[in-house]
Amino acid sequence: MGINRRNFLKVAGAAGGILLAGGARSAWTAQTPEGGVEFYGILIDTTKCIGCRACEEACNAQNSLPAPKVSFSSESVFEKRRDTTPEAYVVVNRLPNEKSPEKPIFVRKQCMHCTEPSCASACLCKAMEKMPEGPTVYHKDRCMGCRYCMVSCPFDIPKFEYDKASPFVKKCVGCPDRVAKGEQTACAEACPEGATLFGKRRDLIEEAKKRIYQNPDRYYPHIYGEHEVGGTGYMYLSAVPFEKVDFRTDLGTKHYPELTSGFLSSVPLVDILWPAVLFGFNYLISDKEEEGGKENHHGE
Amino acid sequence: MESNVTPMPIPGRPAAPDTGTLKGFLQFLWKELKPRGKVLTPFNIITGIIILGGIVIIGIRLAKGLGAVTNLSQAYPWGIWIGFDVVTGVAFAGGAYILTFAVHILKVKKYEPIVRATVLNGFLAYVFYSGALLLDLGRPWNVVNPIIGNAFGYGSVLFLVAWHFLLYTLCLFVEVSPAIAEWLKWVKARRIIEKMTTATIILGVTLSTLHQAGLGALFLTAPSKIHPLWYSSNIPVLFFISSMFAGFSLIIIESMFTHRIFSDRLDDAHRASHNKILLGLAKGSASVMAAYLFLKVIDLTHGHQLGLLFTPMGLWYLVEVAGFTLLPLVLYVVAIRRQSVRLVQITAFLTAFGVVLNRMNISVIAFKWYEAVRYYPSWMEIWVTLAVISMELWVFQWVINRMPILGAHPDFKMEENTLNNLNGAEVVRWKVSAS
Repeated sequence: MGINRRNFLKVAGAAGGILLAGGARSAWTAQTPEGGVEFYGILIDTTKCIGCRACEEACNAQNSLPAPKVSFSSESVFEKRRDTTPEAYVVVNRLPNEKSPEKPIFVRKQCMHCTEPSCASACLCKAMEKMPEGPTVYHKDRCMGCRYCMVSCPFDIPKFEYDKASPFVKKCVGCPDRVAKGEQTACAEACPEGATLFGKRRDLIEEAKKRIYQNPDRYYPHIYGEHEVGGTGYMYLSAVPFEKVDFRTDLGTKHYPELTSGFLSSVPLVDILWPAVLFGFNYLISDKEEEGGKENHHGE
Repeated sequence: MESNVTPMPIPGRPAAPDTGTLKGFLQFLWKELKPRGKVLTPFNIITGIIILGGIVIIGIRLAKGLGAVTNLSQAYPWGIWIGFDVVTGVAFAGGAYILTFAVHILKVKKYEPIVRATVLNGFLAYVFYSGALLLDLGRPWNVVNPIIGNAFGYGSVLFLVAWHFLLYTLCLFVEVSPAIAEWLKWVKARRIIEKMTTATIILGVTLSTLHQAGLGALFLTAPSKIHPLWYSSNIPVLFFISSMFAGFSLIIIESMFTHRIFSDRLDDAHRASHNKILLGLAKGSASVMAAYLFLKVIDLTHGHQLGLLFTPMGLWYLVEVAGFTLLPLVLYVVAIRRQSVRLVQITAFLTAFGVVLNRMNISVIAFKWYEAVRYYPSWMEIWVTLAVISMELWVFQWVINRMPILGAHPDFKMEENTLNNLNGAEVVRWKVSAS
């Protein structure tokens, strides 16, 4: 087998692709609200959550995850702070409430489905991808297991199967099949208290603002996820400041892909200008040598 | 007709077969693959044990997953296999691009004697570190995905790094290949490669620039996880600059060992100019380090992070920047003024340690410094790292003992001159060997 035309074109195309890589605007940029298509998302009202873990159970069934060690109806899991795992894409934690200590706060944790996800921009083989409807999905057949998505995710959501010889990255993928059909996510459907509300992101922000305006005593006046890391699809309301219920409030409002876009846009520039400059140097110096250094060269 | 390839006489060995024919080539290869000299040296025994153990651990890793041998966790997805083997190792391979740039583009002939060893070092480093990278990938069989194009992640820094890594490794191979051609006495191939040299080196320098910087740019996506003293939007530039003095220091260190161990392979030109070369490298290193420190100070003051210096992490930062970058810079300057090669060599070790500290800090130590349960490497991670280094040293040793790396073999030079004058005869020979 040698190089045939098709292979050559593939390679040539690939090489051209690198040159273009920095300049091209990422695919998901086109699908931000400004671009027209509107994302679906979820509004999580922690003041309404009663910690029943129906969302966890529904998520487990929806994604055919293994049965948990402790049953979904047991409250013993609240004794320790939990994180999502490769077997549990959403977890509810119980946190103390400073405002009214007799009423603990329940906060669920899952993928935030960022408007411009860091994981998707980090992935070199598009295993993480933002769908036009909003969910950030995972294509397991593409993934090479480099775990750069885990390094890049500001919320530490992607989880890796360290104990498997053929491991995958696991996280909440936002029920893409349901959302594409116009149905709500499994967790939103299961929530008995309306603490998890599914809808268009813009409508959810309106709803959240309305709740804050109408019940100023009940809510801390901030929608977590409206602006954090450039906006997320899954957003939160809380009775207390968000840093009190384990949210990172130091993440800024910049889209995460912007952090590397400056560097990436310098790539074609360097790849084209650098060789030109170096060839120039090389010619300049060779000319100089021919004039003055030739005899010297032979004398060595 | 008579073959023009006169086998390179190796002292105390019978003449080598004609490598112009397939049969002769295979015979030659078989002969060269056999170990030469004493096999059971202490170095070989120790590294041999490390490599064997490493292979066992790699077997466990492939059978049972990364969790069975590493201390990686959901909070620390990258450990020393990335932080040391790849991120640090590649910085030290930087000597190859900076030296080929100086010698072939700027035509600074002074450094010519050390180019080949440095390029060989760079090439082996890339080959073995990309090997180590495969071990760290959860699904290494998918490593071709971003290359064959079934899913191009254009927007990813890692995509850029992967491509530049691959292409630069190919460039390094071309840069090493003159030595291989001389070893095989493939004069014509040698001449074709020679014509590619300038273009390859220019491509190599370009790829290295972005590739070294890109390794730093990887960490730009973790502003909330890397300690503010280390996180900076200048990380790519800092990585690029520090890869230069990492490269310089490794050349100095490597030449200390090669001069002691392979002294019989050195040619006279190499020996005579060596002190001058080392002092020159020290000068280069010192000026680059000054630029690096300047950028570091700008980062520190512009980020208003001076207050952080008096925290435990701040002191650790000072150990790295003052203890292992500023101090070596001062020592290099002293060494240059006193023309002390000894001090240059000692300083190279300090500098190299500073670069290791910097890369490890960004990728492992200052990464999520706030976590309650910290990552530290398991003994098996360290063992595999040592095994990778040992394998690289074995190949390095094998190549140095066979190919003209530390000095062009005088016989080859003579032979090439003869052949240049007998162009017609050579063409006939190639036709003969091809049929």
